[in-house]
Amino acid sequence: MSMAYVRDRDAPLRAPPVGTAGALGWLRENLFSSLGNSLLTLLLAVAIGYIAWGVLDWAVLRAVWTGADRAACAINNAGACWPFVWEKFPQWIFGFYPISERWRPVTAFLIGAAALVPMLMPGLGAKKSNALFLLVVYPVIAFELLAGGLFGLPEVETTSWGGLTVTLVVAVTGIVFSLPLGILLALGRQSSLPIIRSASVAFIEIWRGVPLVTVLFMASVMLPLFLPNGVSLDKLMRAIVGLSLFASAYMAEAVRGGLQAVTKGQTEAGLALGLSRWQTTLKIVLPQALRISIPNIVGIFIGLFKDTTLVLVVSIYDFLGIINAGLQDAKWAAPQTANTGYFVAALVYFAFCFAMSRYALFTERRLEPAGRR
Amino acid sequence: MKNKLLTLMLGAAASLVLAGAASAGTLDDVRQHGFVQCGVSQGLMGFSVPDAQNNWTGMDVDFCRAIAAAVLGDGTKVKFTPLTAKERFTALQSGEIDVLSRNTTWTMSRDTSLGLKFAGIMYYDGQGFIVNKTKHPNVASVKDLGGATVCTQSGTTTELNIADYFKSHKMDYKLLTFEKNDEAIAAYQDGRCDSYSTDQSGLYAQRLKMQSPDDNVVLPEIISKEPLGPVVRQGDDAWFNIVKWVYFALVNAEELGITSKNVDEMKATSTDPEVKRLLGATSDDGTAAGFGIGMGIDESWAFDALKQVGNYGEIFDRNVGKDSPLKIARGKNELWMNGGLQYAPPVR
Repeated sequence: MSMAYVRDRDAPLRAPPVGTAGALGWLRENLFSSLGNSLLTLLLAVAIGYIAWGVLDWAVLRAVWTGADRAACAINNAGACWPFVWEKFPQWIFGFYPISERWRPVTAFLIGAAALVPMLMPGLGAKKSNALFLLVVYPVIAFELLAGGLFGLPEVETTSWGGLTVTLVVAVTGIVFSLPLGILLALGRQSSLPIIRSASVAFIEIWRGVPLVTVLFMASVMLPLFLPNGVSLDKLMRAIVGLSLFASAYMAEAVRGGLQAVTKGQTEAGLALGLSRWQTTLKIVLPQALRISIPNIVGIFIGLFKDTTLVLVVSIYDFLGIINAGLQDAKWAAPQTANTGYFVAALVYFAFCFAMSRYALFTERRLEPAGRR
Repeated sequence: MKNKLLTLMLGAAASLVLAGAASAGTLDDVRQHGFVQCGVSQGLMGFSVPDAQNNWTGMDVDFCRAIAAAVLGDGTKVKFTPLTAKERFTALQSGEIDVLSRNTTWTMSRDTSLGLKFAGIMYYDGQGFIVNKTKHPNVASVKDLGGATVCTQSGTTTELNIADYFKSHKMDYKLLTFEKNDEAIAAYQDGRCDSYSTDQSGLYAQRLKMQSPDDNVVLPEIISKEPLGPVVRQGDDAWFNIVKWVYFALVNAEELGITSKNVDEMKATSTDPEVKRLLGATSDDGTAAGFGIGMGIDESWAFDALKQVGNYGEIFDRNVGKDSPLKIARGKNELWMNGGLQYAPPVR
């Protein structure tokens, strides 16, 4: 009979000391690690609770949920005026787009979403054909759907576009045009060819030196004076072009930052391998530079999305503009109407910007291992 | 060299502008388009507001409908272009719109140096005061505001008007100015000041947004002149006359008791020569009155406008007056015979 002196199984694990693991441990570690931190935690908890309660109280508990006009919302101590939102919301989405034609922006949006979502998910294939569709075919389809004029679709002038539709149209076209233009400008600025370089520098500095409002004003107020009577360039197009050129100048600087962060050795290695200058730039420098610039690029996208509200100064009703116009409706004039409208605007803008920012973070994380190598 | 180039460019631009102005008449353009291009505000309570069904409503809007009815026989044939305050005159000068009906104050500089013409005064506005009658039951007039604190927006003429008025009436006052209108209103509602001042039509609009509108009264006095009216391009007198006389027709109709409801009956049965002339009914000797033809539009111009839009009083009551939530008193916008300023030359 032999005795085993060697233990053939682990001793049973003992529970960690109370207060170092689990929820309690996390709390202690992160919120109450010292007296000062504990006080701060409590203070902030009270502040957040106070604000959250205020919002909840206003938006839900004291809110008016049903009603036909201002009389419902004009009662004492009322909170948010939701019936105003119910009535106006379709208009906030579509602007003055004819009511019978509202299915068209919806269809355009659905097609876009159907193509964009697989594009954004890294696991799915067919990226190239998808990108081709999104960048070449889709704009034509979307424009045709929105503007009409062919295939028996009644024409809808851009002056009657509005609301979230216009915000998205302006932001998406701005984003799609400003990124490639910005990359080209950034490369141009780095170029050793003097004319290309100085032209790029001039473009970037001029557009960065002018406030966006001025650009939009010039496009909307000055331009018509120089055109013959009756000839008018589409106002929305003028705004989009202005906004895209403006954003591309900033984009160029963001990309240039990335380009400069890629060490010269990378270029030299590429050239030493026998790659041409174009190949080196496209296959070695640019991918690394763009990865580095993702946070800045997305920052510009988010800025661009929010800047779309400025098109109101040239009388295009974007999402915020149409909410503002609705606030002037005497039918709904009440103490909390404006606050309710702006609350919804804040929620919608936040949702879009937050989504963009989270997706950028996801992309950054996904590309990170390549950077560590 | 640079200067020369600049001069050349400016010259070219100016000649382009001039060439633009010298096109065919606005009336022909309107007929050709099939609609009147009307510049309105981006949203001003009672004057031009889009409703949830995308229809524009308001006084300025109704005036454009009246023009369309008079010129094209159909008051719905209007294309509304919302404009910012900065864009409005350029839009008119560049031909983007045919008439600017956008709560625009008639001033000398605008009338004489911008290449514009004001066709009439749709609304006599001006700076007014609002007070809370539960807090100040004894204030019935601005003259009772001696020693009061007044809230208003800073950096506007409002501020200067108050100073002038109180000084000339030898009254003490304290001014509390705010960067934004909303802040001034909030201060007024919190009781930090006794009265709030801005244009009277704006006071009525703000009153509606207050916690208890009925406790706040707009004082009757107006201390500044803000005559608001439709504007057309200078240099097209035919179109100017049409716009001007559509406005006069609306006022005359109210004076003569013609409304959108009785206009058919009036046209058929009225024996009043003034009514017959205005409505284009044939006169006793069988000849048409000829006032519409004289302007190059249909004889039933005023009839169409009145039938589809209504007379001045109806437009006022429906949009800003007693039948609207705003409930603005007629005040200076009452007909001349009732003590107001609305007066139109006779159709003769």
